[in-house]
Amino acid sequence: MSLLSLSDLSVRLRGRDVLAGVTLDIGPGEVVGLIGPNGAGKTTLMRAALGLLPARGHSSLAALPPRARARAAAWMPQAREIAWPVSVETLVMLGRIPHMAGGQRPSEGDIAAVERALAAMGLGSFRHRTATRLSGGEQARALIARALAQDTPLIVADEPIAGLDPAHQISTMKSFARIAEDGRAALVSIHDLGLAARHCTRLVLLDGGQVAADGPPGEVLTPARLAEVFHVRGFFETTAAGPVFQALDVIG
Amino acid sequence: MTRLALLLGALVAALFLGSLTIGPAGVGAGESLRALVLGDAGPLTLVMREIRLPRALLAAIVGASLGLAGAAMQGYLRNPLAEPGLIGVSGAAALGAVIALQTGLAASWALGLPAAALAGALAAVLLVVALAGPRGTSLTLILAGIAISALAAALTSLVLNLSPNPFAASEIVFWMMGSLADRSMSDVWVALPFTALGWALLMTMGRGLDALTLGEDAAGALGIRLGRLQAALVLGTASAVGAATAVAGTIGFVGLVVPHLLRPLVGARPSRLLWASALGGAAMVLAADIAVRLVLPERDLKLGVLTALVGAPLFLHLIYRTRREMG
Amino acid sequence: MSGCARRSDRRLRRAAAALGLWLGLSVAAAGPGGADEAPPARVVSINLCTDQLAMMLAAPGQLHSVTNLATDPRVSAMAEEAAAFPSNRGAAEDIYLMRPDLVLAGRYTAQPTVAMLRRLGIPVVVFDPALSLDDVRTRMVEMGAALGQEEAAARAVAIFDARRAALRESVSRRPSAALYYANGYTAGDRSLAGEILAAAGFENVAEAAGLSAGGRMPLEVLALAAPEAVVTARPYPGASRAEDILDHPVVRALREGRAAGAFADRDWICGTPHVLAAIESLAELRRTLPPEGPE
Repeated sequence: MSLLSLSDLSVRLRGRDVLAGVTLDIGPGEVVGLIGPNGAGKTTLMRAALGLLPARGHSSLAALPPRARARAAAWMPQAREIAWPVSVETLVMLGRIPHMAGGQRPSEGDIAAVERALAAMGLGSFRHRTATRLSGGEQARALIARALAQDTPLIVADEPIAGLDPAHQISTMKSFARIAEDGRAALVSIHDLGLAARHCTRLVLLDGGQVAADGPPGEVLTPARLAEVFHVRGFFETTAAGPVFQALDVIG
Repeated sequence: MTRLALLLGALVAALFLGSLTIGPAGVGAGESLRALVLGDAGPLTLVMREIRLPRALLAAIVGASLGLAGAAMQGYLRNPLAEPGLIGVSGAAALGAVIALQTGLAASWALGLPAAALAGALAAVLLVVALAGPRGTSLTLILAGIAISALAAALTSLVLNLSPNPFAASEIVFWMMGSLADRSMSDVWVALPFTALGWALLMTMGRGLDALTLGEDAAGALGIRLGRLQAALVLGTASAVGAATAVAGTIGFVGLVVPHLLRPLVGARPSRLLWASALGGAAMVLAADIAVRLVLPERDLKLGVLTALVGAPLFLHLIYRTRREMG
Repeated sequence: MSGCARRSDRRLRRAAAALGLWLGLSVAAAGPGGADEAPPARVVSINLCTDQLAMMLAAPGQLHSVTNLATDPRVSAMAEEAAAFPSNRGAAEDIYLMRPDLVLAGRYTAQPTVAMLRRLGIPVVVFDPALSLDDVRTRMVEMGAALGQEEAAARAVAIFDARRAALRESVSRRPSAALYYANGYTAGDRSLAGEILAAAGFENVAEAAGLSAGGRMPLEVLALAAPEAVVTARPYPGASRAEDILDHPVVRALREGRAAGAFADRDWICGTPHVLAAIESLAELRRTLPPEGPE
């Protein structure tokens, strides 16, 4: 059962093909890392897949009506906006909006989902703090918790771990892995190739709006691809502790 | 937050009673209320039912409209400086109302006055949303508001000066500062349908405004139809603020002060702030209208003077704070 | 001779008028000569009230122009007569080009205009508004002096006195009445409108409200005073918030209910003998009221 199915998805902005003919399928149990250099079109791909951008081609999510789509996938944008000084608990509860009608009080299920999300992101002691007064990393974790609380089969996140300290980077990726084990899936865009290699079950490499590679990390992060797409030379090895990758030097 | 609702409700009720019992006639509270309800006291009943009751009702209606519209605009634009008076919506509504009065539209069609005011307000809201929409900065918003207010005020003054009526030319003060003096029940019936419609539309925005806390993108992905939300804001604000301005003139700062004061009490949740601001706005205008009758009663002080005395310093304070955060 | 002493002793003035003398009056007749000269040949009036007084007292051909307000039947009691004269809008430029040898103005005519005309060498006589029925007589005498038509003025004053005396009647009861204008303004006994009301046999509720000279009377106070007659002004064309109050259910209830309503129209505005017509029609109204008072 596919959680996201893209077929020949293309986006044209200002006369340029920002995204050209992307086709991929994401099923349960996958943590898909979307990687690529700046301007490759990662954000565009995710927004077009969610139907937030006008696009040609087909996206299974974009074809859904807004309410159903909100229950099928949670979206965490790169711009981490929190407009009002709400408490962390209130912020995470916003993730339950697709499940609640307007003006309703949160149900038992809603409260339980929020608790799970807060626990997963280690925010239990923060719940009454004002979200806008937290540090950047703490705010990011709160917003991830919101996406987790939405309880959707698929989570789509744009740079969710940027700016987090190593412990929280790893634990966030692990929480994605956990929900994948539960039969759900995550599509996250990442710049850190090392974390992508360690925690993603599959990498999709975007270059110039097109899919340059799609497969397990070991198959995608080949020296040839690293040189061609990222212009770097790197160290990749599958160790006892799992895959390890480190970019070493710039080429050319 | 039912405790807050009860508190605000009690405040509004108390101020409503106060408004009913205060006036130049100098009659005791018990006697006036008896005359109002029982209707047997001749001239006093006339005073209570035809002068004090419409005045108190209008104060509550106008205040609720302004508070609610202010909270809705702030929630949508995600900017605590948004307010119907400041961004020119009330001024444009006043222009519509003045045109309706001077062209005789208001005299020939009972709903002509609020409809014209609604049209004016609609134009202003559309203009503001276009110029300084959800992605606009505070600066753009305020500049748009200055431009629209200035244009509306100038055109209102022009229309009044062109009137054959010698009193009209000096009426710009009423339209720009607002007053509830000597209103009648017909003003209430004229304003109520439009304000009620506006309230209904604006109250549907709660869920969407909550989601907008996370930004437009995330809100869209949460299943909020942003186009519908914007339409509810535009039509609801135009309807509520338009009708309120048509009968009372421009009363500024209510939609700024009330949401600002109540935001901490509702946990900053935009959906809760909507109804809280409606009640708070009613309380504020009722209180201001009472103050106008206690302070300098013989001078016919305008309502907008008092709301500006409270609101303008707060506005300056908010600008200062925004500037500090941005700079 | 160009001094202006408007407030002379009333009793003395009555005596002077009765004798046909003008002791105690000094009127600005600046210009070539003084009171012994020929009467001004080309007079322009730039005030509605001086328009009407001048039209009444001037010799044929003496008055050259009156204001455009004088032809407006809403505000002028002599609108038909005024149509025979060229109209002016009270602007110094227009007046100057008419080459008058005397200009008649009111106390509240724009000061710059009056000053400009004087600077241009044109004599201007300024008349105070009439604030009482006695003032009406005084203005007629002053106008007669300014125009050099003292005899015509004396005759007019005599007729005025006779008619005024005829209007006096003993009343068993003075019903209460209120004057109510735009913005809720009222006039008390110390005003021309108030004296008209009093002369017609009414008791002005403004006095009880402490507004002897006039001022804003709150609608509530009017309602509670429950006057038996309410006198308002007819609304102007166009719309104004100021006049909305005359349409308020309370005012309408007072006018259409137990109380009677009357309009203060063109006879009321200026201190001319036409005020007697106003007194007469108000007295008619009073006679229609129940003699015992409201139940």
